[in-house]
Amino acid sequence: MKVSQMVDALSLKVLAGERFLDREAESGYCCDLLSRVMAKGKKGMAWITVQTHMNIVAVAALVEMACVIIPEGIEVDRKVLDKAEEEGIIVLSSDLTAFELAGKLYQMGITPVCEAVD
Amino acid sequence: MKDGYYSIEQVFRIKAWDFASAGEASSQIKKILKQLGIDPALTRRVTIAAYEAEMNLIIHSVGGEMRLKVTPQSIIVTAEDRGPGIPDIALAMQEGYSTAPEIARELGFGAGMGLPNIKRCADRLNIQSSVGKGTLLEMYFDIKAG
Repeated sequence: MKVSQMVDALSLKVLAGERFLDREAESGYCCDLLSRVMAKGKKGMAWITVQTHMNIVAVAALVEMACVIIPEGIEVDRKVLDKAEEEGIIVLSSDLTAFELAGKLYQMGITPVCEAVD
Repeated sequence: MKDGYYSIEQVFRIKAWDFASAGEASSQIKKILKQLGIDPALTRRVTIAAYEAEMNLIIHSVGGEMRLKVTPQSIIVTAEDRGPGIPDIALAMQEGYSTAPEIARELGFGAGMGLPNIKRCADRLNIQSSVGKGTLLEMYFDIKAG
């Protein structure tokens, strides 16, 4: 599914990476511990996290994620968004909780990130 | 691996507690490997291990440097710091064990998965540490003939 379809279906706000919205999102993961995300992260995954500091951009870029989704309307610092723009990372925001977002994405056919190491 | 390809070596300085530029060295390493045409799955393994090592230097050390070396047969990433050293390496290798301070945990680090992640990603690993002196972490990745 294209990230733009997720944005439309869930009325997500695009905070960064607008020009990359036709990127494919294949799987999803929800976690706030960055080492876990690095361990489980898959290319093309949508990542839901309440973390909003600079390192989410590094993690998303290194894992080559489809997008990062920030729940509960949490604000993200301009510097972080500028860095995301620079690295080609899509950052989305929603007023929904991580739980609701994950549930809706699951219903839309986004699969849980599988545990196999590539 | 393409013909006409030479060994390269690059050094990155890592500052303690520099969370703002954390991930810069790993991003550079990833870009270099991409430019060299290294297999994407191998590049991912190297960059994940490099990121964990970089974060370890930022969170735990007084500062140090990372080095990327690429030869036709292998990729070697080293992380060397000037202290404080790891008293019990076996314990540090255990998943879930962490000595990360509260400030790092608030940022989502300190899950005790750094070294285990590195071990999983690297083909071979060598750690030497001496309390009060520093730690040398060497990560080896084989480039298989394609």
